[in-house]
Amino acid sequence: MNTDSTKEQQVVEYAIEAQGLTKRFGNNIAVNQFDLRIPKGSIYGFLGPNGCGKSTCMRLLTGLLEPTEGQIRILGENLAGHEESLKQRMGYMTQKFSLYEKLTVRENLDFVGAVYGLSRARRKIRIEELLTLYDLEHQTKQFAGSMSGGQRQRLALACATLHSPELLFLDEPTSAVDPENRREFWERLFDLCSVGTTILVSTHYMDEAERCHALAIMEQGYKRADGSPKTLMETMPATVVEVSGDELRQLKQNLIQHSEIMSAAQIGAHLRVLVKQEVQDPLGFIKQLSAGRNAVLARPSLEDVFVACTGGRHVG
Amino acid sequence: MWARVWAIFIKELKELSRDRMTFAMIIMIPLTQLMLFGYAINTDARHIPVGLVDLSQTSESRAVEQAIVATQSVDFVSRYASIKEAEVAITKGDISAVLYLPADMTRRLFSHPLYDHQQPYSALTRPIGQWIVDGSDTVIAASIRALRNLPLDEINGLATARTAPSFEVVQYYNPEQRTVVNTLPGLLAVILTMTMILFTSAAIVREQEQGNMEFLITTPVRPIELMIGKIAPYVIVGLVQVTIILSMGHWIFAVPIKGGLLSLFFASLLFIFASLALGLVISTIAKTQLQAMQMTIFILLPSILLSGFMFPYDAMPVAAQWIAEALPATHFMRMIRAIVLRDANILLLGKDALWLGLFTMAGLAIASLRFNKKLE
Repeated sequence: MNTDSTKEQQVVEYAIEAQGLTKRFGNNIAVNQFDLRIPKGSIYGFLGPNGCGKSTCMRLLTGLLEPTEGQIRILGENLAGHEESLKQRMGYMTQKFSLYEKLTVRENLDFVGAVYGLSRARRKIRIEELLTLYDLEHQTKQFAGSMSGGQRQRLALACATLHSPELLFLDEPTSAVDPENRREFWERLFDLCSVGTTILVSTHYMDEAERCHALAIMEQGYKRADGSPKTLMETMPATVVEVSGDELRQLKQNLIQHSEIMSAAQIGAHLRVLVKQEVQDPLGFIKQLSAGRNAVLARPSLEDVFVACTGGRHVG
Repeated sequence: MWARVWAIFIKELKELSRDRMTFAMIIMIPLTQLMLFGYAINTDARHIPVGLVDLSQTSESRAVEQAIVATQSVDFVSRYASIKEAEVAITKGDISAVLYLPADMTRRLFSHPLYDHQQPYSALTRPIGQWIVDGSDTVIAASIRALRNLPLDEINGLATARTAPSFEVVQYYNPEQRTVVNTLPGLLAVILTMTMILFTSAAIVREQEQGNMEFLITTPVRPIELMIGKIAPYVIVGLVQVTIILSMGHWIFAVPIKGGLLSLFFASLLFIFASLALGLVISTIAKTQLQAMQMTIFILLPSILLSGFMFPYDAMPVAAQWIAEALPATHFMRMIRAIVLRDANILLLGKDALWLGLFTMAGLAIASLRFNKKLE
């Protein structure tokens, strides 16, 4: 018995495992040979620009789309063939608000609870809990359609977590929300995570991605890099040099002519330059090119990682 | 399973009741359309505007004119000096027909056996005048054709020697030959077809357009639960409409409701289910609400024109009858007229009932199969 249960624990230590995940729409490849392993109880992020395959990937993992190739295991079970039973254990918050605008907050929650098969009594308790937790007690009679972006988002999260799922998918949950609400929202995600919920969240905000335990940087359907934000920053294939001085626009134009320089972006009074790994002395190299302006090595940020991984194609 | 169906049912009912326009249309469509068509549709053409070219100008020609006016079929609205002028008036659409009475009409009349029973029929017997009719509208043309054998003996006051008719015709169920008696049950079928198919055909598409579907299909809800929960509220809507139409027909248009209410209820329910199932199938095919609407109209037109609502089923060619047989409206039209007007029992109409039942099941099955819980 004992050995069985430990064996089981070992098998189910990943909430999501995917191998060689590929999705084609006609000739278009939306997701290409994607491998993924997300440990239970962590927050995992998909970071990438719009159209990079984040949403498609998430829909593949929730069973909304059928992969062209590849294997998916969710919570230790094969997704193919177990979609319906797994749906009871997963929650999904769509990118677009997908609740009923003509129903009130409480009616929406009640509907979702009933659809997930919660008993009347259990529903009542859960709804009260969630209304308090997500600060919606005073809006119970308000129509979902008349609520603000932040309130809608909290209602959507409440609906997605009503049946206490073990795995939660959030597709760009904060895209319609102000920064203040975003901070609060992430606090709530950490609360959920602390009770063992695994969360997969997609975003195009660097600061959000930095909060994840681990993340995958995606571009054009490919995973360009993955790991914890710290590891990603430490192992990025470039060095960051910050240049300050006059006429930085002109300098930028000169610098990006050199093949050793991955990108140069003006940030305030500085020019942030990514120098390729193969350059032996990046600081000296830049100093020599920047004609007496002040240059120092800088700590890499996640944005630098992103730029380095995607070859600077998405930074203007 | 039933808890989820119930949840969807309640949700749909709430959404429906909060959509004031739709809610109003559910009541207003049967009310206004019934008032309008109950009064407006009439296949018995009367007081058709016609012209007169009277070259005879005798007291007899005026007597003939009076006899025709007395039938109420036509009204002589204008007179013309020549047949040429009258033809122009027909072309312009001022009149639907013209009566031409020739200069020798009096002589023709006196030698006509219908006028003077002493006169024998002979090769020399000639009509006393000529109707020139705009034959494009067959109903109007038929009304004027009925004047062909106008009894002429009433003109000379000798209407005594009437011969007995070959047949006696006894008209059951609608002795006064009022069109509304036949139209009203038919209108029930048309209005139900329209609202039922339209509402459900938009039902699934709307969820897709508004983005609710993406969330809904990540829940454990099963397609058949969604389908049943979605159509159930409209069953109530349909029954409300049936009640409105039949009670209005009864109180305002004095349409006799002869059949049992149970048969009536059962037949309506069968038809409502069949229409809703058809609507759901459309809903799983259409990508937008506009497409759903177009497909509904595609079904609606043959349901009005081929089901026997406007033109007798038996008058249609065989191929059209096959198409008509496929439409739920045809079967319901037959059943509802039989029940309302002829006091038929639902058991007498087993074939039509069976078809509607099978249609519903097939529709539900197709809709559930077509609706897979994938986004593609």
